[in-house]
Amino acid sequence: MPAEPKLRLDAVSRTFRTPSGQFQALAEVTLSVPQGRFVSLIGPSGCGKSTIFNIIAGLLEPSTGRVLIDGIDATGTIGRVGYMLQKDLLLPWRTVLDNVILGMEIQGVPLGEARGRALPLLQRYGLAGFEHLYPNALSGGMRQRAALLRTLLFDTDVILLDEPFGALDAQTKLQMQEWLMQLWSDFRKTVVFVTHDVDEAIYLSDEIYVMGTRPGRILETIPIPLPRPRLRTSSLTPQFIVIKERCLALLTSVAPALEAA
Amino acid sequence: MAVQDTPHASDLPLDLAPTQVRPAPRAARRLPVQKDWPLPFIIAAQIGILVGIIALWEVAARYGWIDGFFWSKPSAIWQMFKIFFTEGDAWTDISFTFRSTILGFIIGTTAGSLLGLSFWWSRNYAAIAQPYIICFESMPKLALAPLIILVFGIGLTSKVAIAIALTLVVSTLTTYAGVKALDPDGEKLFYSLGATRWQVFRKLVVPFCLPWVISVLRVNIGLALTGAIVGEFISSQHGLGRTIFYAGSTYEIALVWVAVFVLSTLAVIMYIVVAWFESVLRKGTRQ
Repeated sequence: MPAEPKLRLDAVSRTFRTPSGQFQALAEVTLSVPQGRFVSLIGPSGCGKSTIFNIIAGLLEPSTGRVLIDGIDATGTIGRVGYMLQKDLLLPWRTVLDNVILGMEIQGVPLGEARGRALPLLQRYGLAGFEHLYPNALSGGMRQRAALLRTLLFDTDVILLDEPFGALDAQTKLQMQEWLMQLWSDFRKTVVFVTHDVDEAIYLSDEIYVMGTRPGRILETIPIPLPRPRLRTSSLTPQFIVIKERCLALLTSVAPALEAA
Repeated sequence: MAVQDTPHASDLPLDLAPTQVRPAPRAARRLPVQKDWPLPFIIAAQIGILVGIIALWEVAARYGWIDGFFWSKPSAIWQMFKIFFTEGDAWTDISFTFRSTILGFIIGTTAGSLLGLSFWWSRNYAAIAQPYIICFESMPKLALAPLIILVFGIGLTSKVAIAIALTLVVSTLTTYAGVKALDPDGEKLFYSLGATRWQVFRKLVVPFCLPWVISVLRVNIGLALTGAIVGEFISSQHGLGRTIFYAGSTYEIALVWVAVFVLSTLAVIMYIVVAWFESVLRKGTRQ
């Protein structure tokens, strides 16, 4: 591993002021993600996952700490990372192609060039034939694909995915996981992934950060040493099951987990 | 007899008790089906009703069932119609009313929509402006019409101004409702892509609010016409409103009817054009 991590959170915390006093949404969090890694954050709602994402994306100022990308302070600056929110947020008045190029368009890439870059990718990554349709004609899975390609085409090294497959049915979800793995190995992006699904996190990640609430914090960092490419059946291996048991134990009972950590 | 009218009333307690006698089989009832009449039949009925009303009116006026002086009658209205278009200022009046309506409609709707959109830029500004907008909304704007005539004179300008007063607030409030319905996550997405406020406004806020802007077009064309007519009632040298007012005060009831029918035709034509324009815009915004 090179000395400089791609993404580093340095003692980042966030406190909100509410009418009933101070509320600590996120206790000090420090983490570093090397280039090309796939890491997941899992945890119950209210554990500060979204707060972390908003801080990394520059949409929220941390109360303390810094966000470093390639060792450069990126705290509170927008447009440094690709951020895919839970909702696909495709603009209904734009075709799939024009939705996907939104990031490039905002960065000032000429429309023709942006479309030229996007078209082959749409075709290669399962949206062939949908380029000129409007989002309302697409299924949930297809919409997520479009939203993910929009994030990728924004062309940042780090991408944040906030529960991208949360609303999909189980079957589609599995397909989308395979598809995401394909994209990840083709593009070599550094991915931070949020999910509620422990199996999904283990199957996809190099490392899992299990988070807890009150205040939101990282309870434990669990490396996933399963070899890649992973097979679906790897979820039946003892190694996988041990990791899953550990995750579930941390998620279901916070107190003993704290002692263990 | 009352008892026979409700034969089940005495059975009811038995039906409700579970272990008692088996209930009588339910009455077989079919799904009510309504048959659509063929279109020519519908149109024939519509024309028939119209002809019937006109005929009844004529007969009633001739035989003195209604007062022909106040109500006039179709034959006299038809005579007046021909005179209005051959000897009167029909086209001047129509064009005057049409121009003040359209100008008021376009200016009021555009300015109102822009005002509504402008509230996106600053929550503080929106909060400060809010009570004024609501005041102006609830105020009966037609009550201001005499003042507007005094300020802007008896020409076209004052009619346009009244039409604007009626349409502006409706557009402002509806567009602002669109602005408020904007998903904050949409803005978040744009900012995460490094967008400037202007880019968010142009690429997200405006297209998102367009359906709201469009939805008031049909209401506004009617309001603009009302404003123009009221302006003409109060003081004007031309216009269908002035013709109605003038004919009414000189008891030329037939002319009142002619002007009302012409006005209605004008209103329907403008409504159809606006509705068509609306459908074109809607297609553009993929609703």
